[in-house]
Amino acid sequence: MFPVFQPESPQAQAIYDLFVIVLVISGVILAIVSLLVIIAIWRGRAKATLPEQDFGSHKSEIFWLVGPTIVVIWITAISAKLVLTINAVPKVHLSEAEAGEPNITVTGHQWWWEVQHDDSGIVAANEIYIPVGKRLRVKLQSADVIHCFWVPQLARKMDVIPGHDNYIWLEANKPGTYQGRCAEFCGTQHAWMNFKVYALESDEYSKWETNAKKAAADPVRADALAGKQLFFAHTCVNCHTIEGTEAEATIGPDLTHIASRKEIGGGVLENSTANLKLWMKNPQAIKPGSKMPDFNFNDRQVDQLVAYLESLE
Amino acid sequence: MSTQTVDQLDAPIAQSSWGLLSWVTTVDHKRVGLLYILFAIFFLVVGGLEAVLMRIQLAVPNNTFLSPEFFNQLFTMHGTTMVFLVGMPIFTGFSNFLVPLMIGAKDVAFPRLNAMSFWMLPFGAFLLYFSFLTGSAPDAGWFSYAPLSTKPYNLDTGIDYWILGLVVAGIGSIAGAINIVATVLCLRAPGMSLQRVPLFVWIMLMQAMLILITIPPLNSAIALLCIDRWLEAAFFEPVRGGSALLWQHFFWIFGHPEVYVFALPAFAMISEVIPVFSRKPIYGYAFVAGSSTVILLLSYGVWAHHMFAVGLGTSANIFFSAMTMLIALPTGVKIFNWTATMWGGAIQLTTAMLFAIAFLIQFVIGGLTGIMFAAVPIDWQMTDTYFVVAHFHYVLIGGILFAVFAAIYYWFPKITGHMLDERLGKWQFWLWVIGFNGTFMVQHFLGAMGMPRRVFTYADNPGWATLNAISSYSVIFMVLGTLVLVWNVVKSLIDGEKAGNNPWDAFTLEWATTSPPPTENFTSLPEIKSRRPVWDQTHPDHADWKHSKTPEDRGRRPDRARVCAWAFVISEAIFFALLIIAYVVFNFDQTGDGPSAVNSLNVERTGIFTLFLLSSSLTFMVAERSLRLGRQASFVTWLGITILFGVVFLAGQAWEYTDLLTSGVAIDTNLFASTFFTVTGFHGLHVTGGLVALAIMFALGRKQRVTQAQSKPFGAIGIYWHFVDVVWIVVFATIYLRVYQS
Repeated sequence: MFPVFQPESPQAQAIYDLFVIVLVISGVILAIVSLLVIIAIWRGRAKATLPEQDFGSHKSEIFWLVGPTIVVIWITAISAKLVLTINAVPKVHLSEAEAGEPNITVTGHQWWWEVQHDDSGIVAANEIYIPVGKRLRVKLQSADVIHCFWVPQLARKMDVIPGHDNYIWLEANKPGTYQGRCAEFCGTQHAWMNFKVYALESDEYSKWETNAKKAAADPVRADALAGKQLFFAHTCVNCHTIEGTEAEATIGPDLTHIASRKEIGGGVLENSTANLKLWMKNPQAIKPGSKMPDFNFNDRQVDQLVAYLESLE
Repeated sequence: MSTQTVDQLDAPIAQSSWGLLSWVTTVDHKRVGLLYILFAIFFLVVGGLEAVLMRIQLAVPNNTFLSPEFFNQLFTMHGTTMVFLVGMPIFTGFSNFLVPLMIGAKDVAFPRLNAMSFWMLPFGAFLLYFSFLTGSAPDAGWFSYAPLSTKPYNLDTGIDYWILGLVVAGIGSIAGAINIVATVLCLRAPGMSLQRVPLFVWIMLMQAMLILITIPPLNSAIALLCIDRWLEAAFFEPVRGGSALLWQHFFWIFGHPEVYVFALPAFAMISEVIPVFSRKPIYGYAFVAGSSTVILLLSYGVWAHHMFAVGLGTSANIFFSAMTMLIALPTGVKIFNWTATMWGGAIQLTTAMLFAIAFLIQFVIGGLTGIMFAAVPIDWQMTDTYFVVAHFHYVLIGGILFAVFAAIYYWFPKITGHMLDERLGKWQFWLWVIGFNGTFMVQHFLGAMGMPRRVFTYADNPGWATLNAISSYSVIFMVLGTLVLVWNVVKSLIDGEKAGNNPWDAFTLEWATTSPPPTENFTSLPEIKSRRPVWDQTHPDHADWKHSKTPEDRGRRPDRARVCAWAFVISEAIFFALLIIAYVVFNFDQTGDGPSAVNSLNVERTGIFTLFLLSSSLTFMVAERSLRLGRQASFVTWLGITILFGVVFLAGQAWEYTDLLTSGVAIDTNLFASTFFTVTGFHGLHVTGGLVALAIMFALGRKQRVTQAQSKPFGAIGIYWHFVDVVWIVVFATIYLRVYQS
């Protein structure tokens, strides 16, 4: 429920530990100030006589400054220490300077994430599969405006800026599904630019990798075949890629394995036959402002297209 | 509550007209101040209603009450309105009304400029809100991050109205700030040394100075964005070599000091209210005043803490983290000063005092979450979530708006002559405490749940619906509280208890005159021998000057025209500094093909025209000297020569531009051309403006209307003219002389 307080990677854990320390200090300061104010009111509210006209003393003011100064310097020091070391947390890992080529390149688009696994060449959208316990270097770039890559349980937040590549580490301690979101306002559908990180045990991960590497096979069912024809007869190919076909455009998400995805539209809908049909019927009704136009497909065309998409596992 | 008053002055019977036209034509600082306050309150309601609509949309998950487009326009307009149409005017309003009264002056230094400053504001507001009628209000956030705000991603005219509205309002803010600076420095009553002004006056002086250096970076950024959008330059378009981060730097160099532009006045108000209702002087005047000055000095060095997540690099992150922690100290020390002022005092829990106490606690909460954001790794987790929304609303509402409420209850009797009802006041107070904390406390948790800010809706994630509902429903309490305030004001104006001169038995000069004060403020002033002249008068046995020595007034008051010119020049210097920085950033390594300084500029020719401009400063000095000595003919001649030299310089610039344009170098050609035309173009505009002023002086001089008596204001124009020359020296060195380096 509180991903920020449920870290599942060494980096997120280090940030969480710092956060807890500062929260405790803040709580103590708030308690002290509140207590002083309450006592002052309590003692002063019934006072009818003229209080002593006290103009202050520099000695006591400087004395008060000492406490806050020490606290502030200490917080600065521990947070600066973490800034300097976070890229080498835990210590056995390489520091940033020694890091090699990225393992994954994530490109922010209005309003979805393109995920390219540089080692295997797999391209996906809005889903990042990673093996548990392995530390991956992620390159962040933008195809249009500024976005922000944030998986609270796994890593720091990092802006995704056109013309300015950023790098982060991604790692998960244990298998699971971790919610990620775009955290920088990026236009109309900023709200639906979510993604998920799936951390798998290594055998599960290789299974996923094997399947994800496969190009799309031709559909068997007749309606799916008809859907494929529709796909290539319309302008779908101008934006999407389906490996193994002549669809190679990269403006919209890669659809080679669309059927195995859990969500569509940057998290706006779960991936199901009914929802895919809703989407194909009129994407603008589901995600207004989305770059995918309404093609005014009739119900039969929608059924055929969805049959084709569902064959892409 | 003491209602003891001394030296009751009769209110002047013959008040000037109160008709509608009198409000449009007024130059009285009290009425202009009131116009500012009413304007701000109107837009507080407008911005508040925008927030109400957003909270309705967010009350339940997957809501379709508002379209995403409209929601984005709403939060953009909410932020822009609250910053530029509420935050800026409300404090300028209080400053306008109170500063002359508190220093025993008849009016501000430049009453007509004051009226102009105010009327720029409705004009800017009109431009901004007109965008709704064009079909699309600005929708890129109040921060308008490029490239989302540039043409390729935003074709609607909303951003253009945003640009225009902010420039117009910004000009008014700078003019208003110049006025406050000149008023405090030049118009203090005899006896009131600068170390004796009430803390409100001192802090508002710091705030006005901060406005002077805060708004220009915004204007620079907006100028560049405007050139990008209208003239197709590419300052912020990464695809064509521009930088998306340059906008963020420029915007936050404005944006963060702007926070202190709001926080300082809140400190100013609290520093008056708490002492009066504790029946004690402020504890540590020097610390409160000095720490405000330190904030002014440090506020320029913290902007990049808004950019910890952009990947600036380790050393930049640590530097700005440390600077931010540093600026927390002068803010934090004030909390102790206010608490110590209350300590041992006779606390009167009036509505004003209640708001001040709530300010204290809520501001501490907002400040502590601020410290969390200064710790870089915590910022990496929490920035751009609802945690940050909660943080700055604790500062801006829980802190600053509560201080404004305290100020309203405290000074309303002075402004109107009627008391506000204390029982209704307490109703408003508790409604707002419940509503405010209900709305924003839960947003801290929403941030920790991972809810990003600026989302028009959200999925039904565990816990999100409940907390968002609590947040939304709590708004009702704030709305009710506001209605109570409105009712209270109306009731008070109709049959409120008469206030008398000094209903709170307060300390400072505004309480030494009638409520409301007469047109020229005072019929007679009490003797000023300490920081609390009215206290000295009402409590002669405990008079401050007997116990606590303050520096005597040595009677030094600078010339107001010169103060005005210097203040203006400082603000313009910052505007140019940022444009020149933009030039340096984009032309640092002159690689690549296309026009550059080396292959496009004729340095020798421009050098000759530069000599004309520089000579014009010398001829101006001769003209000024002639005027001071009363040699009218010589003055007119030398002024004529000055103007001629200026015109020759402009002709040279026109020649240069013609050459460039005919050889195909225009403002949209590449980043060298864009930055070159921007820097030299704005300089040329400033020369032209200076020439217009000189030409007016020339014409008046020939008619004997500018004579020896006007040599001081004429000297003020000189400050501007020399400044334009100095800017050119920097421009010439940066753009032209660098050619020889390569």
